[in-house]
Amino acid sequence: MMYDHILVRYAELALKGKNRKEFERKLHENIKRALKEFPNVKVQRSFGRIFVELHGTDEEAVSERLQEVFGIYSFSPSLKIELDQEKINNAALWAVKDALPDETGTFKVSVKRVNKGYPHRSQQLNYEIGSHVLRNTKNITVNVHNPDVEVRVEIREEAAYILCKTIKGSGGLPVGTAGKVMLMLSGGIDSPVAGYLALKRGVRLEAIHFHSPPFTNERARQKVEDLARVLTRYGGSMKLHIVPFTEAQKAIHQHVPDKYEMTVMRRFMLRIAEQVAVKNQALAIVNGESLGQVASQTLDSMYTINEVTNFPILRPLITTDKLDVIEIARKIGTYDLSILPYEDCCTIFLPPETKTKPKRDKTNLYEQDLDIDFYVKDAVERVETIHISAEKKLDEEIQDLF
Amino acid sequence: MIYFDNSATTKPYKEAIDTYTKVAIDYFGNPSSLHPLGKAAERLLTQGREVTAKLLHVSPNEILFTSGGTEGNNLAIKGTANLHKKRGKHLITSNIEHASTLETFHQLEKEGFKVTYIEADNNGRITKDQVASALTEETILVSLIHVNNEVGSIQPIYEIGQLLSRYPKLLFHVDHVQGVGKVPLQFHEAKIDLCSMSAHKFHGLKGSGILFVREAVRLTPLLTGGSQERGVRAGTENVPGAAAMVKALRLVLERSKELSKINKINKFIESECKKIPGVVINSPKERAPHILNLSVVGVKPEVMVQALGEKGIYVSTKSACSSKQTDPSKVLLAMGCDEETAASAIRLSFTYDNTMEEAEKFVEEFNSIVKMLKKVVEK
Repeated sequence: MMYDHILVRYAELALKGKNRKEFERKLHENIKRALKEFPNVKVQRSFGRIFVELHGTDEEAVSERLQEVFGIYSFSPSLKIELDQEKINNAALWAVKDALPDETGTFKVSVKRVNKGYPHRSQQLNYEIGSHVLRNTKNITVNVHNPDVEVRVEIREEAAYILCKTIKGSGGLPVGTAGKVMLMLSGGIDSPVAGYLALKRGVRLEAIHFHSPPFTNERARQKVEDLARVLTRYGGSMKLHIVPFTEAQKAIHQHVPDKYEMTVMRRFMLRIAEQVAVKNQALAIVNGESLGQVASQTLDSMYTINEVTNFPILRPLITTDKLDVIEIARKIGTYDLSILPYEDCCTIFLPPETKTKPKRDKTNLYEQDLDIDFYVKDAVERVETIHISAEKKLDEEIQDLF
Repeated sequence: MIYFDNSATTKPYKEAIDTYTKVAIDYFGNPSSLHPLGKAAERLLTQGREVTAKLLHVSPNEILFTSGGTEGNNLAIKGTANLHKKRGKHLITSNIEHASTLETFHQLEKEGFKVTYIEADNNGRITKDQVASALTEETILVSLIHVNNEVGSIQPIYEIGQLLSRYPKLLFHVDHVQGVGKVPLQFHEAKIDLCSMSAHKFHGLKGSGILFVREAVRLTPLLTGGSQERGVRAGTENVPGAAAMVKALRLVLERSKELSKINKINKFIESECKKIPGVVINSPKERAPHILNLSVVGVKPEVMVQALGEKGIYVSTKSACSSKQTDPSKVLLAMGCDEETAASAIRLSFTYDNTMEEAEKFVEEFNSIVKMLKKVVEK
């Protein structure tokens, strides 16, 4: 026996009133996209529920992918069984054994008889199915209050449906229901996690990366492309904007005292990010800052850096401890990439000392010598935009070799 | 030419050689070099690892590129034994392993490890229960060959893996060198921790191999130096060899749809040769589709190989790695063959390019050679 479909339950969508339809449509679309690698799988939407029809596809592989789709509260693999009592009994037994592979634990049966024409009543059915399971297993017992496994049997007109396992989804909202944001993607541990958490709230994501050749090398850039590709697992294809930052960074290095270099550099990045965001119709900037984590992320620093923009800046990690960020990074598969030891533009000119409490007035004073508009405009104009596709593609020239 | 010695080595696919050549010329940079040429080579290696992982249904960081089956076996066994010797010094293997496993265990015995050699039955098989009863508190590694290289017997790896997964303190290594593309094995499903493979057994080039190392499994390196291959195997990577191996692996797995064809050839030769007086089939009935071991009792196998070779038919005496020793096959003796039969065994091994016509031709030539030699031997 094999599960033949999966019933998907929505997170939060029930709260969304008039938007609900739109949210459901998006979720349906996102699930379809996430399961594209399984050619036999069909995703159906009906009566406010989404069904994934497996058609022989391995349920566990599909479950693994579903767990990565935002907007799903939980889901349950289920069996469609002919309306025949013996067949229903056996299917329930199989489902219990599948959910409790050691054959130890507790269960309960709850029958919902929508089809009133079915000969037995719900209570009778509970008893009948429950005893069949008990008779055919050794260490499984009934617990109606707090069972390890609840066998839900729905008797409908056309068939009986049996659900047993409930697997928790990622929660959140379907990607694409909340507008677009611009993620500042550095290549470190934090920013990909910030992007992931932003996606969880339903936004569409584009990313911006500051590249300073020859001070940062091609591998650092490759790493960022690879990180963006991991994020496409959760948010679909995305644009990555590579900003040529060498000229601005050189100028800053020459004109600004060491202690304020980081602060001014950050302000430049923010100015550029804002313009790239506007150009691409993004409504907010997302970054991986966590309060007090490093010198540039003290409250004083944020106050001074933030002065240059009134664009919304979302900081999903603002109160998260580093260890918790690392845990998420591992879970979503960005950690191993993030720790590859390539320098990014934040570290190359890192002065021996950075001001942890930079002042706005001083910063503005130091920036006076710089032609801010020129460097910002120049960088924005020379942005290179690459399309990161959700499907893991090999480099074209390499593909032929394998 | 009829090449029936595919367990010794296979003819490299032309596509694999093309890949080798192109990579050796265009991607000659050292993957550890920082310049663009180095980056290109590194990229190639990374993507090759990803493709390999996908083909084998594992994750890329579980793929270690090695120099071949012998290195894979040595690294898995010694790397585990040396790392975990404080945990226990007992190791388990079988008496029908390839020389690169057997000799490694002999060496470890000299270093103070205790090794249990599980004895195979007449069909060249060991059972889960035998493994279970060999386990002790001290056991840190079980290493078994999946498909035996001389007779083609297949071990119940899935069952044994399930059993061993209940003992988290020991590791399970499988020598899968003969199985790739011929006898499928899903490493994760079979609860395998370490698994060795070799490129030239599946139409790649010599000098390349794969060691699957399950995530979270650590090894003491045999070769120390740079941090290549996650620090487990130092030394500049053999980029063209690895790339060619990936190509060969993809092609051989695509062709594994034609497995029944190899099986047919194997069964045909078996049934035809059985009819010849003096010929004994040594392979068990249940075996890999590409290996057939038989003896012409009383005729030295070297003579048989030589005579067939003159007709352009290539087969071998037992395993290529121990064929220069003239004593009877250890594997066949372990399976309970008598000395004379074990001393006259030849092995045929097939691949997807072999045809039924070749099989028929072989039977014809074999028949006449056996008759001729028997006459000489028996006078």
